[in-house]
Amino acid sequence: MNDMTHANKPSTLAKWSRRGVIGAGVLAGGGLLIGVAVRPGNPIGALAPKVAGGEGEQLINSWVKIGLDNVVTAIVPHCEMGQGAHSVLAQMLADELDADWSKVEVMQAPTDGSYVVTDTARMFVAPFTLHAADWIEPTWNGLFTQVAKLADALITGGSSSIRTTGQGQMRVAGAAARGMLVGAAADEWGVPASEIETRDSTLIHKASGKSATYAEFATAAAEQPMDQTPTLKDPSQYRLIGKSKARTDIPGKVNGTALFGIDAAPEGVALSYAATVRSPVPGTRVASMDASRAKDMKGVLQILNMGDFVAVVADSYWQAQQALNKVNVTWTEGASAIRTTQDQFDVYAKALDDAGETGGDMAASKGDAPAALASAATVIEAEYKAPYLAHAPMEPINCTASVKDGKCDVWTSTQVPLRVRTELNAALGIDKSNITVHHPYLGGSFGRRLEAVYAVMTARIAQATGYPVKSIWSREEDTQKALYRPAELSRFKAGLDESGALVVYDNVFTQRDDPKEASVPGIYAIPNTSVRVAEAERYLPFAAWRSVDHSQHGWFIESFIDEAAHAAGKDPYEFRLAMLKDAPRHTAVLKKVAEISNWSAPSPEGTAKGIAIVESFGSIVAQVHEVDMSSGKPKMLNAWAVCDAGFVVNPDGFKNQIEGGIVFGLTAAMYGELDLVDGAIKQSNFHDYKMLRMDETPAITVEIINSGTVPIGGAGEPGLPPAAPALTNAIFAATGKRLRELPIAKQFA
Amino acid sequence: MAKFILNGESVQVDADPAMPILWVMREKLGLSGTKFGCGIAQCGACTVHLDGQPVRSCSTPVSAAEGSEITTIEGIAGPEGELTALQKAWISEQVPQCGYCQSGQLMSATALLRDNPTPSDEDIDAAMSGNVCRCGTYTRIRRAIKVASGQLEPSSEEA
Repeated sequence: MNDMTHANKPSTLAKWSRRGVIGAGVLAGGGLLIGVAVRPGNPIGALAPKVAGGEGEQLINSWVKIGLDNVVTAIVPHCEMGQGAHSVLAQMLADELDADWSKVEVMQAPTDGSYVVTDTARMFVAPFTLHAADWIEPTWNGLFTQVAKLADALITGGSSSIRTTGQGQMRVAGAAARGMLVGAAADEWGVPASEIETRDSTLIHKASGKSATYAEFATAAAEQPMDQTPTLKDPSQYRLIGKSKARTDIPGKVNGTALFGIDAAPEGVALSYAATVRSPVPGTRVASMDASRAKDMKGVLQILNMGDFVAVVADSYWQAQQALNKVNVTWTEGASAIRTTQDQFDVYAKALDDAGETGGDMAASKGDAPAALASAATVIEAEYKAPYLAHAPMEPINCTASVKDGKCDVWTSTQVPLRVRTELNAALGIDKSNITVHHPYLGGSFGRRLEAVYAVMTARIAQATGYPVKSIWSREEDTQKALYRPAELSRFKAGLDESGALVVYDNVFTQRDDPKEASVPGIYAIPNTSVRVAEAERYLPFAAWRSVDHSQHGWFIESFIDEAAHAAGKDPYEFRLAMLKDAPRHTAVLKKVAEISNWSAPSPEGTAKGIAIVESFGSIVAQVHEVDMSSGKPKMLNAWAVCDAGFVVNPDGFKNQIEGGIVFGLTAAMYGELDLVDGAIKQSNFHDYKMLRMDETPAITVEIINSGTVPIGGAGEPGLPPAAPALTNAIFAATGKRLRELPIAKQFA
Repeated sequence: MAKFILNGESVQVDADPAMPILWVMREKLGLSGTKFGCGIAQCGACTVHLDGQPVRSCSTPVSAAEGSEITTIEGIAGPEGELTALQKAWISEQVPQCGYCQSGQLMSATALLRDNPTPSDEDIDAAMSGNVCRCGTYTRIRRAIKVASGQLEPSSEEA
């Protein structure tokens, strides 16, 4: 792939308009390269505002190459953290290209700007000629300068990879490449392009009996004019999109060969290993360090007071951690008056008290909520609490760094490789062009690896010691020194009229991050709505945690709607259905989940079902959960989910994500809680920050509705928000006990 | 000097006798398929077989393996890398998401099927509940074990 010595042809590059969307080049040694850029105004959802930095600015996001071996490589900018993006993005590309799926490979796009220019460019494009330089100067360099400037733009999150990169770029690149291949064959064969068919990486002209592989025309194709806005396939033409193609990353994940960040073993580099400890109280620093009991321990190389953390570097991680456990560190005092969980909720309660009946910032308003509450036949009130949560991905936080001769290489699991580079530049004073961020598979993330601090810490250790070093956080460090899903307090009032219809909904809560609409019960037709946020001090630093604000508000809203249904004496399903009468997609999803769960059938003694529906990240998901309370403790029996994401690209992969979202949501609902004691987090590892296990997990059934709505919705997060309320609503149905705080398990201990 | 049989081959390695097998595999022998998850035998990501029995290698000192046989995820396939029925089922059922816990899951499942060729749901619960999967692939793991044990047909790709 990167053998440049065999390049034997001058570069001939199609003219790439500065404002163009796509461009092409010749691979080293022959073959076709297509790049897709995002330009200002290109509607790609969350990325657009960050990308649209100025006139003519563009960001290369996706690449496709077709080699002389007839292998199509999708060069994917998103990280692979278990969501299947690598494989599914390639699937989208390959469909438009009519590629032979068995010869499609996936490559992680290098994300370092200089790496892209010096290595990717030279890897893929034949030695530069004047012609090429003419193209490169105004565009190529400019493009990648933008990549560097837009440090936060290259990100995997928000359930967005398929919806944005897949729809807007991979498919476009595939279709453009196909058009150029057809054009090259038409010229060579002297036949109209319209008569050439493509299938399985082969060009076919039936009338003349001619056929050729893509590889045979890949080099010539680069000289074809490029359709900047190629026509994409109609769904009736899909061959791969919409099919459950097996994921390309899975074979390596069943035999131990898949490499994660923690497996980094740079060739020819003798690694040392670091264990680190940070302050248990956020924002404080090392006050004193006594390493006398650790410094002579076997394998110990150096013990460092880095100011904001302490590190032991040793011959093995295990030795480093053993020694670190013997280092006595004291820390400066924290500045916050919040020391305990109770303190945090007291601060929240005061903020809500201060906001009163009408205060706070209005998040959504309709009708006249105060007046409607005053005249309602029935008013119900409730206060809900959600705890702080950690992400706890299975792969502990880690980074491997080499800092030598003014260059820095890091290998790390990250959702934000460019942010890592930007922060390394700031911390080390090494120019970005001399920093390379390698990012292998992530062993889970769920929002955890959106920060760069662990890479910076590791590189600082490497810089301070001169050793290439692999730093691993203990599970305890990751549980206690991370960024967190916020705890939250939320108060509700609802008013019902004489018929039991919900006529007013009033809510004030303490935390608003993203998505902004998460706190709004916008799917329901409620004539009077007041949703307000009264921001209050949040002790632990914020992290996006799978489904972000929907993780708390999905549970709050769907629990309180359930309370309203019971207060109205109505079936919770029918009550919701009545409020969705102007929402046909939501209605269809809710009806379908009632059907597959046999909602209306009476449950056996001691068991009951609960229902919930949440729209998040562009997808509508309704769930029914069935719980057995006959032992006095919840035993989850079944979870049924119905999802409308508009159109699902890989149904099995989508279902896998929904299943995972449900288990993640149920884990938090059953067990998730971090307590503050003396300003520090009490929980430390999986014995006291528990995960749902095989024997507790319900049977899960997922069904997909392809309503055809565009733009399509996400998969990674939307399965989570309805899980907790469907379960707690089921527990209420079984026991009459309304759960207004989480986790569940300790309330039935 | 620790001596043991690793994936069928005799191995001698210079390691502190108290060093957990996990770190001997990963840092001394370059076998990175066995994963660090919690360090306290709570998650099962580090599961290997010691004389055929699944153990948590993060909490088992290498001295415990003296003269014994250790099998890791790298050692369960056939001599030419032929996948086991469980590994094949892990693919047909598209079990892994991030994949980080799956080495440990497969080692636990391998021991289960060796002792119990057609496990019931309760048997699967008992054998597999020591392994955490944060991505939530439990229902697929269950299905894959049943496929590998001939109790279910493999899923088809075009579903």
